[in-house]
Amino acid sequence: MAGQHQKNEPPKELFVSHERKENTTEMITKPSRSFFQDARRTFFKNKMAVVSIILMIIIILMSIIGPYFNEYGMDGQDLSRAKMPPRVPVAENIPFLGMDGTLQDEFKGSTVEEATENAVMRYDNAEDFVDIEVLSEGDGSTDSAEVSATYNIYEAKEMTDDYFWLGTDQLGRDQWTRIWLGTRVSLIIAFVAAAIDLLIGVAYGGISGYYGGRVDDVLQRIIEILSGIPNLVVIFLLLIVLQPGIMSIVLALTITGWTGMARIVRGEVLKQKNEEYVLAARTLGQTNGKIIRKHLMPNIAGIIIINTMFTIPSAIFFEAFLSFIGLGIVPPEASLGALIDAGFKVFRLYPYLVFYPAVLISIIMIAFNLIGDGLRDAFDPRMHK
Amino acid sequence: MLRYILRRIFYMIITLFIIATVTFFLMKLLPGSPLSAENKLSESQREVVLEKYGLNDPIPVQYVNYMTGLVRGDLGISFHFDNTPVTDILINRMPPSMVLGGQALIFGTIAGILFGLIAAIYHNGWLDYTSTVIAVLGTSIPSFVFAGLLQWYLANEWGLFPVALWGTYAHTVLPTIALAIFPMATAARFTRTEMLEVLGSDYITTARAKGVTESGIIFKHGLRNSLIPLVTVMGPMAVSLMTGTLVIEKIFAVPGIGEQFVSSIEVLDYPTIMGTTLLFSVLFIVILLVIDILYGLIDPRIRLTGGGR
Repeated sequence: MAGQHQKNEPPKELFVSHERKENTTEMITKPSRSFFQDARRTFFKNKMAVVSIILMIIIILMSIIGPYFNEYGMDGQDLSRAKMPPRVPVAENIPFLGMDGTLQDEFKGSTVEEATENAVMRYDNAEDFVDIEVLSEGDGSTDSAEVSATYNIYEAKEMTDDYFWLGTDQLGRDQWTRIWLGTRVSLIIAFVAAAIDLLIGVAYGGISGYYGGRVDDVLQRIIEILSGIPNLVVIFLLLIVLQPGIMSIVLALTITGWTGMARIVRGEVLKQKNEEYVLAARTLGQTNGKIIRKHLMPNIAGIIIINTMFTIPSAIFFEAFLSFIGLGIVPPEASLGALIDAGFKVFRLYPYLVFYPAVLISIIMIAFNLIGDGLRDAFDPRMHK
Repeated sequence: MLRYILRRIFYMIITLFIIATVTFFLMKLLPGSPLSAENKLSESQREVVLEKYGLNDPIPVQYVNYMTGLVRGDLGISFHFDNTPVTDILINRMPPSMVLGGQALIFGTIAGILFGLIAAIYHNGWLDYTSTVIAVLGTSIPSFVFAGLLQWYLANEWGLFPVALWGTYAHTVLPTIALAIFPMATAARFTRTEMLEVLGSDYITTARAKGVTESGIIFKHGLRNSLIPLVTVMGPMAVSLMTGTLVIEKIFAVPGIGEQFVSSIEVLDYPTIMGTTLLFSVLFIVILLVIDILYGLIDPRIRLTGGGR
């Protein structure tokens, strides 16, 4: 037994003494990532959200500097250059872009002559600058003949050196300038409304949830009554009484808008404040203020950010909606909703007036919703488990 | 449950009372009177008219009269629109809005559930992506942009439907589609998420193991359970339908409540504006109440905690 044991024993020279390294365990693990770093990684993996962020940065930049790209002001009314179609240098040579500064439409009449006459009449009687292309000869009966007329309005008005990139509206104001100023107004309203909702909602919900008891009871009853009033109704009533403008829209949107945020924050605080880490902090003698700032806030920040990101598009929509039905921004001020409203009135004749603001507001809404979705996925704790 | 409903109705009455009171005093604050356009009236005639409509009474008396009138369904008399009682105007304007709202809600929800269902069944397939894209577009793009597109292509360019106005059934098609987009997108998104969650749960695996057919799993076990929470998004849907009717009826010139409201704003006809606002409030609050009660009936947890919404 003893001999066998000795035989199996490895030679001593093979043994290398093991040095204890205190730090190896820490060195081989990956650096630990905080919740926010994790969320950021998840968010930036979401391609749609990243594209949306880039788009929004461009749109926000343009809303700041866009109006100064040309010499036309927001208010520069000049009826002699009213309703000019879009015309962009370089792009004017590419016909299908529709930016060559011509108006084009089809006209009907019982004969080709009559149809042509209709076309010329629509286009300021500037016969020399209307190109007619016969689509169908017609047989003399009503509306059987059809011509396609192209009106070179820039030549007719001797404005060949002018370029209105997105055209002009009924009063000759440059649409490019007005669109970016309108975007600016829409975005300001949305950001300010979201910020106010955030401040009031977090403070109110935080106090209500953290202190609980009678304070919570009273604050919750107030919310219950306030949120029972449909916010649409509050918005209508306020806007009918107040002067239309940015501030009244922001006030109308926020006066009941913060209750949603307050409820969410309260619920989350109620949940978090009974967690063990808060109890531990309290046992260690942390003050209330420090517990709220250092322990609760980081843990409910995600849900606050998500909620704010969804407030912004809904504020943009509401502003546009209100301006569209005549309760929001009124001309000469511009907002995307007001521009769409104005464009709708001449929709069939000058579709470009409604097209660009409508596309822009749609892009903004889609981008914000996608960013919100991305943030929700990133901050949703369930996704990280 | 009964206690919960009673409590909700109690809050509802308080809310309506507050809204009516605020509305009344706002109307008193606003400049102009029903007679400001009638310059031809002499002082004594004016006096007679004011007396007739009780506008000479002290404000508290007027307030009591207004509130008792409201209880009886009397909303006052329109400044414009031929001095018709506001209640009559609203009753006349009701049917088109009801038709549009009802159709949009029914078609939108059914189409949305179908889209969501398809997306969930073909999870991560192209059908899923298409339906997700439709849902994102539908919740993002404002209804008036959609309405404009529909009007331009389906009515103006291709002439499939009437451009605007009201009359035949064809007139209701475009406004209904425009209104239905948001409920559809919301329902599609919601059904998809819920359905995916349900399909991943243990009892579905059990059902599969026991040999339940795929259609049985999807419709009997999956869809039924994923539709219950859909009730929660009915509130936002109702809100969107109401904001929707305002713009859609304006765009398609439908003689409904929404169009009435927008044109009242344009001429500043305060009694009609206030009456419509009150009507909206009542509709809103009642719909939200019904949804909450419905949800309480379906989901016992809400009942026990006395409502967490």
